[in-house]
Amino acid sequence: MSKIINASSKEIDSIDNSNSPVGNDSDLAVSNTVSLTVSNLNLFYDTKQALNSINMTIPKKMVTAFIGPSGCGKSTLLRCFNRMNDLIDGVRIEGSIFLHDEDIYARDVDVANLRRRIGMVFQKPNPFPKSIYENVAYGLRIQRVNNRRTLDRAVERSLRAAALWDEVKDRLQESALSLSGGQQQRLVIARAIAIEPEVLLLDEPASALDPISTLKIEELIYELKRDYTIVIVTHNMQQATRVSDFAAFMYLGNLIEFDDTKKIFTNPAQKQTEDYITGRYG
Amino acid sequence: MASRQTPHHISQQFDNELNDLRSNVLAMGGLVEDHLEKVLDALANSDSELAEYVATNDYRVNALQVEIDEECTGILLRRQPAAGDLRLVLAVSKTITDLERIGDEVEKVGRLALELTTVESPKAYYVGILAMGNHVKRMLHDVLDAFARMDSQAAFQVAKQDPEIDAQNNAIMRQLITYMMEDPRSISQVLNAVLAVRAFERVGDHADNIGEYIIYFVEGKDVRHTSLEEMDKEFKFSAKEK
Repeated sequence: MSKIINASSKEIDSIDNSNSPVGNDSDLAVSNTVSLTVSNLNLFYDTKQALNSINMTIPKKMVTAFIGPSGCGKSTLLRCFNRMNDLIDGVRIEGSIFLHDEDIYARDVDVANLRRRIGMVFQKPNPFPKSIYENVAYGLRIQRVNNRRTLDRAVERSLRAAALWDEVKDRLQESALSLSGGQQQRLVIARAIAIEPEVLLLDEPASALDPISTLKIEELIYELKRDYTIVIVTHNMQQATRVSDFAAFMYLGNLIEFDDTKKIFTNPAQKQTEDYITGRYG
Repeated sequence: MASRQTPHHISQQFDNELNDLRSNVLAMGGLVEDHLEKVLDALANSDSELAEYVATNDYRVNALQVEIDEECTGILLRRQPAAGDLRLVLAVSKTITDLERIGDEVEKVGRLALELTTVESPKAYYVGILAMGNHVKRMLHDVLDAFARMDSQAAFQVAKQDPEIDAQNNAIMRQLITYMMEDPRSISQVLNAVLAVRAFERVGDHADNIGEYIIYFVEGKDVRHTSLEEMDKEFKFSAKEK
């Protein structure tokens, strides 16, 4: 918000600061379009600085993973993308984040509308204590969509996209809480995509799930990137290698390295990245 | 970065596994080197006993290859290594394949040496074979040394010798052909020499490959099928020599 950038998403690549730790801009250029652009982002919890001048571009319709030790700021950065940090007292943010060419921290931004465009899924599945159907329809009802046929279509489409339809189609009116943890998480993803967001933020979406449910979520992420830009925070590095196209390593509030996932995990440019992903003392 | 210093893993056990892996490769390399040295001695001194030893002891090399390969599988399974650790395991897995092939070539020379040492024959062409053999022995020694230190610069020096080996091979082949033309009765004997030279030339190629795996591990880039000039341009080995 301190800096106004008026540029088409293609130009944003070239605006990206030269001190950005992005190792290989050409890969981002290949992705053709950029979904989110972070410029000189600083975040403070009262006086404690949690993010230090982050610069990065999140490519459109790709999966970008944030990795790093606890407290490195990856979840904080993720929450900046849909202004979830606004809800925390004492948070101060400098710099800017652009969704395409809109500054999401501009004064006139409707935060509820922003969160419709940038959906979020948390570590623990949080279905509403309502029926499966109503959970998915919830976002649309808030938008005052009440046409039964429209809702039916949206619920089926979202549940299919979340790879849950076959498992729940015969019991849509049952409570969402009757589903298993893995199913609940896919239901929450269905709820998030029912309102057709542009970006999906996933904060450790599979860390509370068993290995099979985890694989289903990963498979789902792979399917969803066809339509959505996905940013995922994960502590599981094998998961990051499996699901992401790009990976960002963060440490103590700094973005240390951001590059092609394969590059990060086979030949990272920064020693700190290597020490972390190979399990060494930094 | 010409060589790699690896700080400790949080898991001491993982450190131990990687250290064991590296020392086992060096043990295997040492064994192959020992066989190569013995076969050269056998040729130089017409020592059929030594030749016999080399011709019948390759199974030790093979057993080590299987053992190290299993270790690699275990590490991949238990640790899912990344970055340098992953490259190390991959480099080791490829290195032992080439070491095993070197073992096969040396075994072959051992069998040829048995025949070469039994027949009374002009030893003139031995000089060429031995020179070639000694050259590739140095290459193997140097590349194992580079492996022990994980020194890409030293590995590049080994790779640089491969064209010399090829040139030497051509020169010796021409010489051997003249022997056969001068005295057709020597043909079967000289053919054995040709095969031995050819085997040594292959040893040089395999040592060269191992050098490439070391560069892959250290620099993170696959340099197979890359010319020496391109390698040098990318990693500035020659510049660092000065």
